[in-house]
Amino acid sequence: MLSLFSVVFTFLALFLIPGLFISRRLNVPLSLTNILRFIKIIASKYDDAEERNEKRGTMGEKQKRGRNIMPKHVAVILDGNRRWAEKRGLGTSEGHEAGARRLMENAKDCFAMGTNTISLFAFSTENWERPEDEVKCLMALFEKYLASDMPYLRSDKIKISVIGNRTKLPESLLGLIEEVEEATKSYEGKNLIIAIDYSGRYDILQACKSLANKVKDGLIQVEDINEKAMEKELLTKCSEFPNPDLLIRTSGEQRISNFFLWQSAYTELYFPTVLWPDFGEAEYLEALTWYQQRQRRFGRRV
Amino acid sequence: MAELPGQIRRMGGGISQLLEQIYGFSRRCLFRVISMGPTPCHIAFIMDGNRRYAKKRGLEDGSGHKAGFSALMSMLQYCYELGIKYVTIYAFSIDNFRRKPEEVESVMDLMLEKIKSLLEKESIVHQYGIRVYFIGNLALLNDQVRAAAEKVMKATAKNSRVVLLICIAYNSTDEIVQAVKKSCINKSDNIEASGNYKHEDRGSDIEGTDMENQEKKIQLVDIEENMQMSVAPNPDILIRSSGETRLSNFLLWQTGNTQLCSPAALWPEIGLRHLLWAILNFQRNHSYLEKRKKQL
Repeated sequence: MLSLFSVVFTFLALFLIPGLFISRRLNVPLSLTNILRFIKIIASKYDDAEERNEKRGTMGEKQKRGRNIMPKHVAVILDGNRRWAEKRGLGTSEGHEAGARRLMENAKDCFAMGTNTISLFAFSTENWERPEDEVKCLMALFEKYLASDMPYLRSDKIKISVIGNRTKLPESLLGLIEEVEEATKSYEGKNLIIAIDYSGRYDILQACKSLANKVKDGLIQVEDINEKAMEKELLTKCSEFPNPDLLIRTSGEQRISNFFLWQSAYTELYFPTVLWPDFGEAEYLEALTWYQQRQRRFGRRV
Repeated sequence: MAELPGQIRRMGGGISQLLEQIYGFSRRCLFRVISMGPTPCHIAFIMDGNRRYAKKRGLEDGSGHKAGFSALMSMLQYCYELGIKYVTIYAFSIDNFRRKPEEVESVMDLMLEKIKSLLEKESIVHQYGIRVYFIGNLALLNDQVRAAAEKVMKATAKNSRVVLLICIAYNSTDEIVQAVKKSCINKSDNIEASGNYKHEDRGSDIEGTDMENQEKKIQLVDIEENMQMSVAPNPDILIRSSGETRLSNFLLWQTGNTQLCSPAALWPEIGLRHLLWAILNFQRNHSYLEKRKKQL
């Protein structure tokens, strides 16, 4: 009897309590699959580069299998740069720098897998409230990467569109944005939408104002205002696929934070717990696999 | 000897009543503990998974929705006991009209029956003093359902303790378009009323003082006050059952900073523990979100 009790107690102490603690820290419910996944992740941290490449070699098959159900438009909320930097004892600016580097790598992978449009929530209207040096650092980062990636954008024929309220942006950044947009405006098939000083409500409001002006000028009647008319006025009109199929928000927070509100009516929302600078090819593949398993019904029966 | 089965039955009934009372009491104690932390003011539910539940249990098609309704009643009871003032539910979307006509009809019949039952004396409406709103494009409903809905809204208009918003024939994009239309009409009415005919000034901004400019241009508040959901604050938590993580055109404008929860349970299986988990997560993020709201 005593030995049975001690066995049970040992089991609890060794497995269950650390399991509960870890699952609470990682914001992941405690289940067998998650335990196995956790063990796999820890084990793979000790892989060297060769083994990692071997594992990723399976990407080819997945690519072929999933070609028919690839999302045409993927939206990403780049969350977690500051937390990533804090974890490593670095400053916030290093966190954002790492995030920016990760951005370009992921965009390249994404386009390579056949996505047409990628939208990135780089800077929200609410982010102006952050400390001044952080905001300055972010603006400088945008300028740096827009300038340095121009040749790559040209060679890969990626069209850049920057959406958002441009009135508060620094002059130099504005000039660079106009230059990049002008240089890439004729490209088709690959769209990179960067949302700087963007807010979903601002987007709907400006569409509404533009429609109101059209009504005032007699170009359209009030009765003609419908969902299609709104879609044509929203800032995402620059892309052939204005509504994202998949929205990824890293760092485990489960909210949209005023990104695409209208456009994400039927978007599949994916919330991985990994922080943005750690979000790489493997994590993106996981997101795609998850997306391909979704049953999208749009309100009807399948 | 013949009384024994009757006695056992009565005893069994008594025991289950006692258990229910104990359960209710411990639940209320638990709620007291939870309310020590910040509690949400408004929770929204997307009631997904009724048909899958019926298939899983091998029941006939309509009974999934009926089971869903009883799950809804218990969730409402928990919410109001916890002190949450506003509850919104996604009952029927405009997209759902595209389902098979028999299914649409059976859902409409069920809704008519349940809406009528809200007016009865023993219903939850009277128990908690609920004010009921029906949000959506009610013109798309058939006459009976619309009349019943309007009757309920009128009958409960004086209640003010807690509010239940039932989104029926609703699409968030439709709500936004209606609000935009109303704002346009209101603005043009205002302009005409103030006697300023500036229609000839094409392309240029309206001349005049800054105040006049502000009045004539549409502001954020104009759209917001014309939204049907303006009777309630933005939801703090949105719970969608059956594990799908999408909004399906529900409260897109209002959920910019809402905590999204997707328990894997189908709607008829949803229980107290899912609600508690959502509220605990909300409490974890609350202080950060409060800071954000102040910035807005």
